[in-house]
Amino acid sequence: MQRVLPGFGLTLGLTLLYWSLIVFLPVAALVVRAAGIPWEQIVRTMTDPRVLAALGLSFGGAALAAGLDTMFGLLVAWALVRYRFPGRRLLDAMIDLPFALPTAVSGIALTSLYGPNGWIGRWLEPLGIHVAYSRLGVVIALMFIGLPFVVRTLQPALEDLDPELEEAAASLGAGRWATWQRVILPTLRPALLTGFTLAFARAVGEYGTIVFISGNLPMKTEIAPFLIVVKLEQYDYAGAAAIAVVMLAVALLVLTAIHRLQTSYSFLRG
Amino acid sequence: MAAAVVSKSHTDFRGRTSARCLTEPWPIRLTLILGTVLFLGLFLVLPLAAVFGQALAKGWGAYWSALREPDTLSSIWLTLLTTAICVPIGTVFGLTAAWCLGKFDFRGRKLFLAMLDLPLSVSPVVAGLMFILVFGQHGWLGGWLEAHGVRIIFGVPGVVLVTLFVTAPYVARELIPLMHAQGTEAEEAAQVLGASGWQTFWRVTLPQVKWGLLYGIILCNARAMGEFGAVSVVSGHIRGKTNTMPLQVEILYNEYDFVGAFATASVLAGLALVTLVLKTILEHKAAHEMALAQASGPETAEIGTSEQTSAVYGDPASRPMRG
Amino acid sequence: MSIEVRHMSKTFGRFRVLRDVSLRVETGELVALLGPSGSGKTTLLRIIAGLEQPDAGSGPILFHDEDVADQRVGDRRVGFVFQHYALFRHMTVFENVAFGLRVRPRRLRPSPRQIREKVEQLLHLVQLDFLADRYPHQLSGGQRQRVALARALAMEPKVLLLDEPFGSLDAKVRQELRGWLRRLHDEIRLTSVFVTHDQEEALELADRVVVMNEGRIEQIGSPDEVFHQPKTEFVISFLGQVNRFHGRLERGKVHFASLQWETPEWEQAEACPAHVFIRPHDLQVAASSNGQPALSACVQHIHSAGPKVRLELATDGGQKLLAEITQEQYRTEPLTVGSRVFLTPQNIKVFPYPSDST
Repeated sequence: MQRVLPGFGLTLGLTLLYWSLIVFLPVAALVVRAAGIPWEQIVRTMTDPRVLAALGLSFGGAALAAGLDTMFGLLVAWALVRYRFPGRRLLDAMIDLPFALPTAVSGIALTSLYGPNGWIGRWLEPLGIHVAYSRLGVVIALMFIGLPFVVRTLQPALEDLDPELEEAAASLGAGRWATWQRVILPTLRPALLTGFTLAFARAVGEYGTIVFISGNLPMKTEIAPFLIVVKLEQYDYAGAAAIAVVMLAVALLVLTAIHRLQTSYSFLRG
Repeated sequence: MAAAVVSKSHTDFRGRTSARCLTEPWPIRLTLILGTVLFLGLFLVLPLAAVFGQALAKGWGAYWSALREPDTLSSIWLTLLTTAICVPIGTVFGLTAAWCLGKFDFRGRKLFLAMLDLPLSVSPVVAGLMFILVFGQHGWLGGWLEAHGVRIIFGVPGVVLVTLFVTAPYVARELIPLMHAQGTEAEEAAQVLGASGWQTFWRVTLPQVKWGLLYGIILCNARAMGEFGAVSVVSGHIRGKTNTMPLQVEILYNEYDFVGAFATASVLAGLALVTLVLKTILEHKAAHEMALAQASGPETAEIGTSEQTSAVYGDPASRPMRG
Repeated sequence: MSIEVRHMSKTFGRFRVLRDVSLRVETGELVALLGPSGSGKTTLLRIIAGLEQPDAGSGPILFHDEDVADQRVGDRRVGFVFQHYALFRHMTVFENVAFGLRVRPRRLRPSPRQIREKVEQLLHLVQLDFLADRYPHQLSGGQRQRVALARALAMEPKVLLLDEPFGSLDAKVRQELRGWLRRLHDEIRLTSVFVTHDQEEALELADRVVVMNEGRIEQIGSPDEVFHQPKTEFVISFLGQVNRFHGRLERGKVHFASLQWETPEWEQAEACPAHVFIRPHDLQVAASSNGQPALSACVQHIHSAGPKVRLELATDGGQKLLAEITQEQYRTEPLTVGSRVFLTPQNIKVFPYPSDST
């Protein structure tokens, strides 16, 4: 990397200026605002059962959804990478749909689909399964938006998998299932973990997809981002900032974790 | 093309060994394929179909008149305006970030790279709240701006600003790995040949990353058009004024105007489909750019000069073929 | 156009790549910078080109006795051929070669027709006219190399710098291009410096060879000089294979192994330890002792596939040695693995060293 190329000072300066104005200044505003809140008020906000329930649902739901995504994502990635079947390329392209579709659109689409009269909901209602306006709906919506992260992390890892590993296992007498369990799965573990973390990070902060399907019932289906909006509407900026800074901290933590994972992952691959 | 040929034969070889010799028995294979198709069909395709189904539930006439509602038209206009402002700005600053972070090494580079994804990891609602804390009535700059007659929060500028926030990383995070892999040799060559900084950038750097850049722009554009949570917090939901398309979808839906909501949503879904198509095409081209960079970039190139002993003469087998 | 650098130093972080290097290249010369990786040879080349800034306190960089140290890389008019060619892969061969002309400021830029003529002439010179419309990835390594050279020459450079010009080519193409480059240089007589780690390449191609090690210049001289009159231990060990002995220098004689050798050039030196170097072809091999003092050794391997027969030997003390004999001698002497042979040096090189180091 040489300094003989021009433009380093200019581009670094512009980039820092832009990021300071657009990203770092707002983040600092939140941190400073949260730091200015009296301690007992933070404690009061954070121990409010409604806040606790919302945070619990956001984190718990995100973890559950990311876990389910990891399972289904592994199935999908495996089939898309290892098998050839009609429509494979189309499905492969569709994986990014939750990413490309605006969250509000996914939100109303899922709600209408799983609502009591929806294409899927009408079959589940008679069985006593209520998806819309329940925690189940929240988890399904979180799964929807998290799936591409898992699949897109696993696909390259599966493609990179050295066929010699499997051949070696087979030559040593391992059956297909044993090879899968003892050779393939452990090799994929970093990618699975990265995919889980990315899906979790996305799900924790998700708002648009959830507000429609959850019904936003306090203590039941209310998520933390929605509670921030509620507090803002009540002009309770301190309360909103307190919840927001917790979520920001989690975001930073997850970011660090992903960074670590990817470093160790590339180390494993290299 | 040597590199591409080499890697292709590699996948062929790999495909053959894994597909023919080592694979699961056919009933398991069939089950896994059917499971995948069923899952993706129910989980991804059906919601998309639902959007168009609901939009057209009362026929084309109702669909068209729903789209021609003045408030909906104005939301389409605002979304286009926001995108038209944010995507070029995001592209320019994505390029500046990619140039200094992809082509140079300096202290703090790693930290900056780690922070690059921050706008994507923060909840959109939290992002919106941050801007209220800066530009809102009681925010850092809000009071001063208010006194000078500038309104940012609950206005179009607020919508633009949060959109800039959530789209800030897209172009840079596509370009940085690509530019880093390409190294600086081509730019140095251009410099030695007498090209100015601009000439080097326009004639050498940009053409080599154009697909990656387009890919980043497409992602940036999709997010700019579709952002909901952050925009929702700062827009103030003033009908016909500060509502973008996703916000209009929400309002119509909450008013039980399903045809209107889904009609507007169908436009966004159409855009999403276009995005997917472009993304699939560009992904391919960008991956090719990356493969070329890795095949002739400085990292792999090192191997070519590592053999050193005076006794070792050029041994063709020990030299990696380079593309 | 001559090139001269004085007192060049360069540090990357804590790593001192160049330590006070001075060098002068005369007009029309073809000079090789030869050394192992990390010897600073590429850094020196890049400093001459302006691609690297020397440390503060370094001396001037003179082109034709004019200091260019403050000139931007593009203003120095150097032709630089990169190790991996750095061809612009989105441009055709023609566009690559034309680049340096097309980016000139408008008032200095030749007309499109002049550019076309110039490029065609250069492509003819490097014998690639028929490939003008191809892209770099459609070319072989040797062809890319020549395109890179044509591109560098298009800007009518005052000097030509080549970084490992044959580094990424296979052996046969290397050999051909080497001869071709030498002829080209004889034709256009452009002051040229090239970097290489391949001693054979440097010795065969260059008018003068600059041997570098650990950021310093070990020796500058004609290929013949550096090969036959190496000034330092590094030079003799780097240029080809060599046997090394520990010995002792005393009153104009060096004692090593069981032998002694007259060294009139060290007549005046005080008694001290010394390293003795003998090239494999300077060891005369005999199957039987002729009564003269000789080293006795045992044959361990015989490599007979080649113009010379190479013997790997071990002395009774266990030291490994290399010797070379002709194919004729190999056919007449009864040599097999395990044979005992007697070695008589024909020519040796002695480097005394202070007794406190080894």
